[in-house]
Amino acid sequence: MGVDKKKTILVACGTGIATSTVVTEKILDACKKEKLDVNVIQCKVSEIKSYAENADFIVTTTILKDSFGKKSINALPLITGIGEEQVLKEIIEEIKK
Amino acid sequence: MKLTEFFHKELIVTNLEAKNKEEVFEILYRKLLENGYVKESFLEGIVNRERTFPTGLLLNGNNVAIPHTDAEHVLKPAIAVATLSKPVVFKNMANPQEDVNIRIVFMIALNSAHSQVKLLQQLVELIQSEELLQKILSVKGGEEVIEVIESYELKNQVGKVN
Repeated sequence: MGVDKKKTILVACGTGIATSTVVTEKILDACKKEKLDVNVIQCKVSEIKSYAENADFIVTTTILKDSFGKKSINALPLITGIGEEQVLKEIIEEIKK
Repeated sequence: MKLTEFFHKELIVTNLEAKNKEEVFEILYRKLLENGYVKESFLEGIVNRERTFPTGLLLNGNNVAIPHTDAEHVLKPAIAVATLSKPVVFKNMANPQEDVNIRIVFMIALNSAHSQVKLLQQLVELIQSEELLQKILSVKGGEEVIEVIESYELKNQVGKVN
């Protein structure tokens, strides 16, 4: 595996303060359990453009029109609870890449 | 911190008969404004945000909408609630083209993100409990809604190992 660079995840939602807050906490919690160290940047969807360059991938609770060449994962299941484990798994796998 | 600290009986309407989501927004906004929780600009903020980023959540039984907007329109954090006698149509947060029939609306007034992490986490927990949503829909009056949420909180705190 070698020395991995710490991944940076961009977590975005419409206002950047509500659903993205819950999603960020759930990701950090899951990373703690997996003993993974990550950077999380929380922002509004409209701000993704200015942060995307520094991010490894994007997690949002809405549909993204443009993910600026980055992989994006829809994390709405972390809010509704429907399919939550699957999405967390996908995010963890992406971090481990 | 308890979730119920953010619910106030004067900010809750039960069994509301509304024609559309705009009417629900207007009614809950009035309550938040009259009780000093939000600025006049809050309603416009809610309507604009809902247009670009809808907040309808498709759940396992009763669907919930969580309209909210930028912190600059908010004076004090609170959650206003409307239970609807007939569902109104919102757009799905997951897909803005898709309609979702909503019977419970939690209008969230947030004035800063990080101090309210716990509040948001607990609210999300609440909307994931179909049993609790059903109870909220079945009661009449703001005090009763708060009681239902309070008893759910108690039950969960007992069950949790911290």
